[in-house]
Formats: sequence, structure tokens, C-alpha cells
Amino acid sequence: MDAELIAMQLFSGVALGAILVMVALGLSIIFGMLGVVNFAHGALFMVGAYAGLYVATLTGSFWWGMLIAPLAVGAFGMLIERVLIRPLYKRSVDDPLLLTFGLGYVLVESVRIGFGNEGMPFPTPPELAGVADLGIGYFPIYRLFVVGVVAVVLVLLWLGLEKTRFGLIVRAGARDPQIMRVLGVDVAKVWLMVFGLGVGLTALGGVLAAPMRSVDPEMGALVLAEAFVVTVIGGMGSLVGAVVAGLLIGIAVSMTALFAPEMATIVMFALMALVLLIRPQGLFGKPGRA
Amino acid sequence: MTSNGPTSGLPALRITRRHALAGLAAGTATLAMPGLLRAQADTIRIGFPTPLTGPYAAEAKDQVRSAELAVKLVNDKGGIGGRKVELLVRDDKMNAGEAATRTLELIEKEKVHAVVGSLSSAVQLAINEVTRARGVIFVSISQSDTINEVKDFSRVTFHEALNPHMTTAAVAKHSFKPGMKIAYLVADYAFGHEILRGFKRAQAAIGAESVGEILHPIGAPDYSTFMPRLRAMKPDILCICNFGRDQANSIKQAVDFGLNKQAKIVVPVLLYTQRLGIGAEAYEGVIGGANYYWKLQDTLPSAKAFNDAYKAAYAGAYPTDYGAYGFTGMSSLLLAMEKAGGTDTDKVVAALENLTYDVAKGPQHYRKCDHQSVQSVLVLQSKAKADTPDQADPFRILAVEPASEDILRSCAELGFPS
Repeated sequence: MDAELIAMQLFSGVALGAILVMVALGLSIIFGMLGVVNFAHGALFMVGAYAGLYVATLTGSFWWGMLIAPLAVGAFGMLIERVLIRPLYKRSVDDPLLLTFGLGYVLVESVRIGFGNEGMPFPTPPELAGVADLGIGYFPIYRLFVVGVVAVVLVLLWLGLEKTRFGLIVRAGARDPQIMRVLGVDVAKVWLMVFGLGVGLTALGGVLAAPMRSVDPEMGALVLAEAFVVTVIGGMGSLVGAVVAGLLIGIAVSMTALFAPEMATIVMFALMALVLLIRPQGLFGKPGRA
Repeated sequence: MTSNGPTSGLPALRITRRHALAGLAAGTATLAMPGLLRAQADTIRIGFPTPLTGPYAAEAKDQVRSAELAVKLVNDKGGIGGRKVELLVRDDKMNAGEAATRTLELIEKEKVHAVVGSLSSAVQLAINEVTRARGVIFVSISQSDTINEVKDFSRVTFHEALNPHMTTAAVAKHSFKPGMKIAYLVADYAFGHEILRGFKRAQAAIGAESVGEILHPIGAPDYSTFMPRLRAMKPDILCICNFGRDQANSIKQAVDFGLNKQAKIVVPVLLYTQRLGIGAEAYEGVIGGANYYWKLQDTLPSAKAFNDAYKAAYAGAYPTDYGAYGFTGMSSLLLAMEKAGGTDTDKVVAALENLTYDVAKGPQHYRKCDHQSVQSVLVLQSKAKADTPDQADPFRILAVEPASEDILRSCAELGFPS
């Protein structure tokens, strides 16, 4: 077992974790601000991938797909919040959970009716095809690109939340929506934006993942399970937690695949169990919150 | 996380309609319309469980289309002994429990006369358990070695698909060379394990060596974490032992990581639908086995007839490998019913055991001891994009191993008394 192989494996893990980070971030933002556990998140990841494929096919360019699909699906997410979820805020926390759970099924079946059960290939954009020599080994250029895009999105997100007025309102709204209302802030509008943002992030994750693994109606189910593991490990509602845990899971799965491939799937759940035992609120979570 | 698909919703409607119809007929017009009642009762009903949703959905869809074609051709000629044939398709979601439930339902509620179908070695064994216990004929069209062995043998089960033993022997014969180093990436379930066992048996006979085996979960979307290690094994052949969407995804990712520059990629079954989906670049040079390829029509009149009928029924599309199983399996059953003069299980079993049929790929027959269909095995190679002027013709036939009991494990090895 040489050092180059281990370094390559680490890097594969980071690339794998990058997609997870996108999905878990959206899940975590929505839970952290709105208190909604979005069970349709995996299905929206899948819808993002199909939307990306649709736009890319229509325009003949992957770039338009990558740009338009997250915006369109994000807008669709805002519609979901406004029409379906908002009436449930005053009810028990289970209601939005059940609603999104059902919505996930509706989305999967709708895609099956519209695009078929068997899935579709999503070609790697030609300008990003091929392998790059990293010095430690060869790595697909497209996967490097994905890591880059996720890094840029994270920086933009951080700037948006820390340096803008909207970010300030969002952070304050998450702490104490009551006071925000008293101060005259339209909290409903902030939540609408936040839900759209969270959905847009997972849709972008879907578009980015599609050229690596093609698209199919079931692609969201596994991702949702993984994203939940990430948010539990990172701490429900913690954005830093989602990023750190996403990369951690990617690396853990990748390193396990090197030494004991059969255990690669189970390791993330083992890790989650361990975190729940030692630190139930997650690595970056605040105690008392879920 | 799947739910009842639209495909599994339809049959429920059909039950209601049938019950309503039967009730109406019985209640008000029994004397006036005895013909209607008899037509309902006399229909030959065949259950068809297959994974319409999930990673093998594309192949399952082809199975259904070809099976429907076989039924249509028989019905167009007036059915069997004047009885129409009806196909009842169910989504087994590639889950053994779901498949067993659906099969039981088909037998108990729908009163099917026989079951054809399945597309997963593990799931077909679950169906086999049910049909064996109920004494209902089952024609399996999914690969399995276990189903041939004496402990799983059922008097009423016939295995139309190739089995991993014969497939891997043929593929290895035309791709492995003495001294070659072979790395295996294997789907971690019955089919993958049986394929791996078959390849390693062939590999030992040829004098090649294994440099590593990696198991992956069925339906896995990402294979990137296995690639650095597979590359480090420095194989001459990367043997990818999985199926359906998994095959396309793992081949594409192996190529993304440049493994095809270092090793030749070999698969047990080279899937037509997946190759058309993913494109020529990823599959270029990949070698694999097949039960059927439409180009057989150049030498076989039965393949030509099958292709023509299929193209006429499905807007000019060509039948696929796993699709052909739906046709050959269903046709063998219908031919046997024709010979037996109906649906009496014992008579149909006897007819199947004595049947020689050539409906798409040359002569086939079911071996007496294990009911395995003795048939030819094709070895194919995916062509480069530049060599594929006809999009519908992506493969080159490297070899056709003729139908012979010599390519099967002997009855004695399977545990049958000689």
C-alpha cells in the first residue's frame, strides 16, 4: 500500500464528499432556519439532474443546464414552500415532514411518467472530459471541476450569509423569528427565500452529479439517506457541520473502500451511530436542537 | 425508496373491471351470454413479474415488450386451441419479498396458468420457491447457476436464460490469455458471485491469474473510490461483473479514470440498451457475452423473422439481448401449450421437456435433468465510434459458441443421479 494510492484515495473521497456537501447544506439550511425536515430533498436532487439534462439537451450546452436548472428548481422550491409548506408552520413539526415525504413520491412518479423508469445517460461535457495527471496519479478532469464549483459555491454562500444585509436577517431570523417580526422584518419572505436557496443547492448537486453517474428516478433516494447521515454527524442546522461532515463521510467511505470495500456503505452509518453515542447534537450542533 | 409505480397501479383497475364484468354476467345474463363467461374463463393467463423500476428497468422493459410480441403473434393466429393468451405484468421492484408476494398474488388471485419472467438471480430464486411450492410452471429468463442445481431444482421450472457458467466460459475463451492478470469488480449478490466463480474457473483452465477482487453494492451510483486500487493492481483485463445501469455507470467511470488505457474491459453480458445509452466512446473495445444480437439475422432465418416482427410492432426498433429472452422464453412455453393441447401442468411440462424450438437464435431445447435451455452463446465486442456507421449496430460478433450440452456443467456435477 503506497503513499500515492492513499493520497489518490483521499482525493477521491473529497470529490465524492463534494456532492454530499451540496445536498446536506440545503437540507441543513432549511432545517436550521425553518425547522422543516425536508424529506423531498432527495427527489429534488433528482429533479435537478433531470432539469439539467433537459436544459442541456435543449440548448446543446452543459453550462446552461448547470446555470438554469438550479435556478428553475429553486423557484419550484419556493412555490412548494409558499403553497404547500407555509400553511403547516403553525401545526405540529410532523406535518411538514409527512408532506415532504409524500411530495418526494409524487416527484419520483412524475419523473417516471414523463421520462421513463430506465434512466438516461448524461454525457460528460466535452471540454471537461479526460483525465488530469495530479502527480500522485490520474484523476478525471470533470471531478476536479466539481470540487472547484462546490468550493466557489461555499465561498459565495459564506459571503452571502456573513457580509450581506439579507444574510444578517437570515441569521437573526433563525435565532428569534419573533423579535424579527416585531422589528418589522417580513419573516415569511425570508423563509421563502431560504427554502428556495436550499432546494437550489440540492438541484445544483444533482446537475453536477449527473455526468458522473447518469440520471435515473431513484438517484435521490440514496443521496437523501447519505445527506441525513451528514447532517446528523455535522449537527442538524449547522452549515459548517454539513461541510465538514460531508467531506469526512466522503473520505471515510473512500478509505474504507480501499481497505475493506464491502464495508464502504456501512461505514457512514457506523460513524453516525458513534457520533450519536458520544455527541448526540452532532459535531457542530447546539445541544437541545433536535 | 420506490412506491407503487403506474405499472403496478393498472392491474388493480383490471381486477375491478373483471369482477364487475363477471358479476354482471353471472347475475343478469348467464343464459343470454354464456360465450362471454367462457371467453373470460378460457383465457390462458401468464404472470410476468420483472423489475420495471430500479437499476435493471431498461432491460426489464425490453423483456416485457418482447414477451408481449410473442403473445400477440400467437393471438393473431387465433390463440392456443381457440383460447386467447393474456399477459399479466407486475413490477417486482427487484426485491425478493416483493417478487414472492406478486407471484403468489398472480397464482392465487389472478389464477395464472404459468409464470414467465424475473431479472435478478436472487429474485428469480424467490419466485421459484413460490411456483415450486404451488406446482405452477415457471420459465425463468434471468441468469442463474443455482437454479440448475439439484437443491433448487423444481420439476415445473425451466431456465430459458443462459447461466453464468456457460456465459463466462465462452467470454473467457475469447478474451483471457495464458499469463494475463485479471482484476474483478463484482456486484455483491448472487449473480455477481456466480459470474465471478465462473470466470475464475475459466481463468484457472486458461492459465490466467487473478490480481484482486472488489465487491460493490448492487445499484451503486459511484465507483470512483474503487478506481485507484483497481489501477494499482495493474491488470491486463478489468473484468466488471455486474448488470444493467450498474454496468453502464461502472464502465463509464472506469473510462473516466483512464483504466481502459491500461487494461481491456471484459463483462459477462454486453448490454445493448446500456451501450446505446452511454455511447460508443465508453464502451469501445469492451468484450462480453450475449444470448442474442439482432445481426444473427445475416445467417439465421429465425432471427430475421423475430427482428421483422419486433420492428413492425415497435416502430422499427431492434430487439435486444434481454428482450429476446422474453420472446424465446414465452414462445417456448406457448409452443409447449400448443403441443399439450392446453394448460394441464403435467402435459405442458412433458411437452417442454421434449420440445426443440428455433424462434430467434437457432435450435434450443431444455436439458432433461436440470431444465436448462441448451443454446448458443455469443461473444461480442463493442465497436469504435468511427466503425459504427449504423447506430443500431454497435457490436461485432467475435464468436458464436454453438448450442451443446458440453458447455454446461454435467448433470452429475449438479447433483442429479445419473
